[in-house]
Amino acid sequence: MEPTSHINVQDLNVYYGNTQALKDININIPDKQITAIIGPSGCGKTTLLRTFNRLVDTVDGIRVTGKVFVDGEDIFDPKADVTLIRKKMGLLSQRPYPLPMSIFDNVAYGPKIHGIKKKKILEGIVENHLKIASLWDEVKDRLHEPASRLSIGQQQRLCLARGLAVEPEIILADEPTSALDPKSSLYIENRFRELRSEYSIVMVTHILRQAKRLADYIIFLYLGELIEHGPVNEIFENPKEERTREYIKGVIS
Amino acid sequence: MLSKKIEENIFKALMITATLIVLLSSVFIIITILIKGLPAMNLDMITKTPKGGYYLGKSGGILNAIVGSLILTGGATLVSIFFSLPVALYANVYADKSSKIVAFSRVSLDVLWGVPSIVYGAFGFTIMLFFGLKASLLGGIITVALLIFPIMSRAMDEVIRMVPQELLNSSYALGATKFETALKVVVRQSLPGILSAVLIAFGRGIGDAASVIFTAGFSDRIPFSLFEPAATLPLAVFFQLGTPFPEVQERAYASALILTIIVFLVSIGSRILIRRYSKHVIK
Amino acid sequence: MQHKRLVKDKLVRSIMWLSTIFCILLVILIGLALYQKSRSILAMKSLTDLLFSSSWHPLKGEFGFFPFIMGTLWVTCTAVVISVPLSFFTAIYLSEYAPKAVREWAKPVIDLLAGIPSVIYGVWGILVIVPLTKDYIAPFFGKHSAGYSVFAAGIVLAVMIFPVIIHVSIEVFRSVSFELREASWALGATKWQTIKHVVVRKALPGIIAANVLGFTRAFGETMAVLMVAGNVARVPASILDPAYPLPALIANNYGEMLSIPLYDSALLMAALILFVVVLSFSILSRFALVRVERGSE
Repeated sequence: MEPTSHINVQDLNVYYGNTQALKDININIPDKQITAIIGPSGCGKTTLLRTFNRLVDTVDGIRVTGKVFVDGEDIFDPKADVTLIRKKMGLLSQRPYPLPMSIFDNVAYGPKIHGIKKKKILEGIVENHLKIASLWDEVKDRLHEPASRLSIGQQQRLCLARGLAVEPEIILADEPTSALDPKSSLYIENRFRELRSEYSIVMVTHILRQAKRLADYIIFLYLGELIEHGPVNEIFENPKEERTREYIKGVIS
Repeated sequence: MLSKKIEENIFKALMITATLIVLLSSVFIIITILIKGLPAMNLDMITKTPKGGYYLGKSGGILNAIVGSLILTGGATLVSIFFSLPVALYANVYADKSSKIVAFSRVSLDVLWGVPSIVYGAFGFTIMLFFGLKASLLGGIITVALLIFPIMSRAMDEVIRMVPQELLNSSYALGATKFETALKVVVRQSLPGILSAVLIAFGRGIGDAASVIFTAGFSDRIPFSLFEPAATLPLAVFFQLGTPFPEVQERAYASALILTIIVFLVSIGSRILIRRYSKHVIK
Repeated sequence: MQHKRLVKDKLVRSIMWLSTIFCILLVILIGLALYQKSRSILAMKSLTDLLFSSSWHPLKGEFGFFPFIMGTLWVTCTAVVISVPLSFFTAIYLSEYAPKAVREWAKPVIDLLAGIPSVIYGVWGILVIVPLTKDYIAPFFGKHSAGYSVFAAGIVLAVMIFPVIIHVSIEVFRSVSFELREASWALGATKWQTIKHVVVRKALPGIIAANVLGFTRAFGETMAVLMVAGNVARVPASILDPAYPLPALIANNYGEMLSIPLYDSALLMAALILFVVVLSFSILSRFALVRVERGSE
């Protein structure tokens, strides 16, 4: 059975000034699976990811053509509400960026700006999502301390909780474990496995082994072009393209 | 979510209004000085000293104040460089990053920066009394040097701080001493920035009246000795404005215009230097 | 040869070290010198008498600083109340919303304002603000004013301290990392929500420092206030009344200083008061800043 697609990219081209970062991308991101975007550095992986939540808008001099459909609606439609699109996407960056507030306020920030005001509800949301991110036990006694006091691994989990608190449908992760120690990386990877049943996850990673063990679907980008994509086993055991084979073998990196 | 939009728009309107008020005030001041000062400007103003009866409306100019200000501030700036440059170099080249002395000196410089110019004037006055010095060019130079010292130091510190440590390390690796590195590498690298700091301090010093009101005195003549009193532009404006004669008041506006032009030229000069500096800094 | 270079280095190092020590010494020296000069009058009258008495009659030997202290406070607070919100909003606009072209020339214009000498502000004040106060503002509120007032001085000072506060505030806003803003946008926050809840919060210690800087500048200003505040030795009853700030007192009377007994000591004590206030503020705000930074770290 063909997996249903959550994100549908059509003829996407992205230009930074005169440089073309993404060329004619056409792809369907499968629903409720972990999709890993792999490829050498600077090949457009992060740009593609950030197109999905329209964070590319914030770059000076950027030009985007093509369509990206999420749940059937083109997110680049001028009439689309950017804040609602972003609400659907939870972003986990490479390095955690805790907001300058307490642990509690960090997680409650998203729900608050989207209109939830009742204290009881917020408390429930915060506890719930800190548990999902596997951080609750470590911070339940100090919820009102500044988030900056947490270790980097805890901060990354906090950012995960924060991102999930707005109830997104899709999680976008940009090399989420590259700044973490092995133990924290393991935490994040395990959380992703559990979250896959409820969310579609799109992950950029340069660690091939991570892609192999976590992902269900692989997208291989090289120099801004979509070279190959498919289920993880196919890509790793039987890549169709020469360049894919070379990358996986470690020849190009 | 409409309230979100409304809130954002209210604040946007507030922001634009505020910015307009600030920008318009600046323009307003400049235009006022131009409008009042230009009509009274003539060649006499900048080439002649006040003749007898100048303050009653007779002929003359403010050459005494122009020259007085330039010499006084120039002297004060030179004196100040002798103290500011070593301070900035010590803090950034010689001392350890964790040096207590440097930390204390930075706090002291912060305090000195905030000390009102009238307090420098009062302090300068007590020093002069102590040494039996009368209101003179020298008194003014010392006082203004003290006034602009923290300004110059801070500006130099900021500029010299930007020199990357790797550059210093490459110099040490070649066997250079700290002094040689400081002089040949740091100063050369930051020269435009240092000059800009000097100009900024000069601009501040030449416009200040409170520091020279006790200490430099005033005179209708161009000072020829350090121990003569010296006229300064800000005081010239102030005194001329205070007379009951409209002709003299007009000249006050012209003097104000002259002072403003000098300060602007200095400011633009320092800005050009800083821009040049940023282009050539090895990053 | 080698020896000569090392000796040179050591010598220069000592000179530089001395210059650095000089900074610290200067602060102490100024305090001491002013205190030394104030001792004559402190010997004659108690500190409370001097600070809280409103009677200023130097010829009779009465030196009550209260009207001048109050005058300084009235004028400075007026300036701060006007300047803080305007500077804050201008800084946010210029650093977060303004198109690049606007920012490119607005910043230099504001910085140029910073270089304008105090006297020039005074001239502008006399030509524009004083008549404005006398002929339009005061009658609007049904009051009478000579124009030379706390209000006039407050406005002139406010314009004077705009560039200081704005320049530092803009730098502080720009120093908030872009990624932090992105983290907020990614959660679906609008630009304004991000600025309100994240950027301003992160920038707060720096913004406070910028405003303290502005306060310090306004507090010690002499020429401009001298020319527009009115210089009447009475505690102002309203914003439209004249005031006589401490710096103006010192500047106005330096001429008579040496001819009336104790007058010089009194005026130098006024300078000492200014110095002590600025010193305390600088040190306090440094500590407060470190504390706030550590708290939000």
